[in-house]
Amino acid sequence: MKALRNIVDKLKPTFSKGGKLGFLHSTFDAFETFLFVPNTTTSKGAHIRDCNDIKRTMITVVIALIPCLLFGCYNTGLQVGLEGWNAFLYGLVRILPMIAVSYIVGLGIEFTVAQWRGHEVNEGFLVSGFLIPLVMPVSTPLWMVALGTAFAVIFGKEIFGGTGMNVFNPAVLARAFVFFAYTPQMSGEKVWYPSNSGMWSQVGEWFGGTDATTGATALEQLATTGGMQWSALDAFLGFIPGSFGETSTVAILIGAVILLVSGVASWKTMISVFVGGLAMAYTFNLCGAGALGAHEGFEPYMHLIVGGFAFGAVFMATDPVTSAQTSAGKYIVGFMTGAIAILIREINPAYPEGMMLSILFMNALTPLVDYFVVEVNIRRRKNRVKTVK
Amino acid sequence: MASKSLKNLTAPLSGNNPVIVQILGICSALAVTVQLKPAIVMGLSVMVVTAFSNLVMSILRKGVPSRIRIIVQLVVIAALVILVDQVLKAFVYDVSKQLSVYVGLIITNCIVMGRVEAFALQNKPWDSFLDGLGNGAGYGMILVIIAFFRELLGSGKLFGFEIIPAEWYINNGGVYANCGLMLFPPMALIIVGCIIWVHRSFKKDLQEK
Repeated sequence: MKALRNIVDKLKPTFSKGGKLGFLHSTFDAFETFLFVPNTTTSKGAHIRDCNDIKRTMITVVIALIPCLLFGCYNTGLQVGLEGWNAFLYGLVRILPMIAVSYIVGLGIEFTVAQWRGHEVNEGFLVSGFLIPLVMPVSTPLWMVALGTAFAVIFGKEIFGGTGMNVFNPAVLARAFVFFAYTPQMSGEKVWYPSNSGMWSQVGEWFGGTDATTGATALEQLATTGGMQWSALDAFLGFIPGSFGETSTVAILIGAVILLVSGVASWKTMISVFVGGLAMAYTFNLCGAGALGAHEGFEPYMHLIVGGFAFGAVFMATDPVTSAQTSAGKYIVGFMTGAIAILIREINPAYPEGMMLSILFMNALTPLVDYFVVEVNIRRRKNRVKTVK
Repeated sequence: MASKSLKNLTAPLSGNNPVIVQILGICSALAVTVQLKPAIVMGLSVMVVTAFSNLVMSILRKGVPSRIRIIVQLVVIAALVILVDQVLKAFVYDVSKQLSVYVGLIITNCIVMGRVEAFALQNKPWDSFLDGLGNGAGYGMILVIIAFFRELLGSGKLFGFEIIPAEWYINNGGVYANCGLMLFPPMALIIVGCIIWVHRSFKKDLQEK
């Protein structure tokens, strides 16, 4: 550790203002604070003192995502007929290029913009870059991952002013971009199992030979046939096809516990998303789901364990930047996110999965909800003053 | 041509562009730019309408009482649009079909009325004509730029000819796929944003503080 500190200290003058490579000082700064806790403190304004900085917060989310990643690896191999360690390693080989592409493209843009504008490099992308591969189907071509990431970082984040200023969650935006731009590669029967063509069949051979399987996700089956072939337990444990990290509700719940115990995500938002989803699903079941074209005989709680509902609720709806800031706002926005997701699933056959659209839609409305919560509070307190007088 | 008159023609092309500086006529810029051909026809139609409505209103400007000037303007513009619509139907019927209601909606295009109100009513006919011509051309130019990117990236074609080789596509064993989002209007709005971004990074005096 000390040797590393010495190296950094030795390099520092070169990258400081006036040094030979002074123009790269924000890049250097990013790496230094990544390695060591900075000893600078904020001098102006009122603060809550806490050892938690953005980097620590972001790393906590990444740690909470690890169970989803590990299970995703295993499940990917499992879906093409591999078993045990072979399944896990095969999945790992499939996901690592996607993670690498997402980080290289995203961080590349972040560093370039930070250099260009003279900002510090922010850490927000550590989480987005990890989330993006986890919400894509495993067969997504790498250049689509790169394009989606670039779109999300430039148009979702940098033009609004960088980390902490974005209106929309970058990871959902990346997925939405790829979904609408390359619909055939992001939905349908062929994409949810790792493709077996070209060099991937060779890679599959190393792990004991993969099957060329295809099939729809649970939600797609639901939209077309009205039922699904997997049991509730399979769906809960995650042995179903789907985007890489979203299938296992168990792994997501482990992540949720990490997020809630460390206080990174708001339990108010998280719980209200689930409550909103359940409420909407029960409403549909009660008032004749079939008549509305919705899925008849599908237990409402099943909606929470298939598709990306749980993943979105735990990791995306709770994003500290784009979710509501006020306490009442968190309940309202969370409830609406869950309710709209199920509404889209039930009555719009074109979009079997509504979570992505619902999160983006509520991201756009969140500032409005917060505004009204604050206004109502101000009015209530004004009235109180009047009655006292 | 005096240099002052010439400026009326050239200013709307860049420094005072109706679409990317005055932010007028955005809705039709999103609607008709899926392909290059309709975009060019639309640009030309608007150019004709702005130029001649400016000319006619400039000639009439001293005879029209200001209380009823909007009605007179509408009559002139509507007559010109109907004329353009009939010409398009007669000579390029398929494009006219593609543009559908948007030719008729040139009447409501903010650029036309905006230029008549802001310029033609205070200036001489020749200057007004050039101003209308320039604004129509500035509008058409932006339309063509948007349509170029939308048609090339959205359907892999330009003027209906395949540009991207067929064997590049995923379905034929390649790796490429057309960006379906380009065919939707939201992406056109993002392209307009990018054009404004590039334009303002060159013209520093337009940057807002």
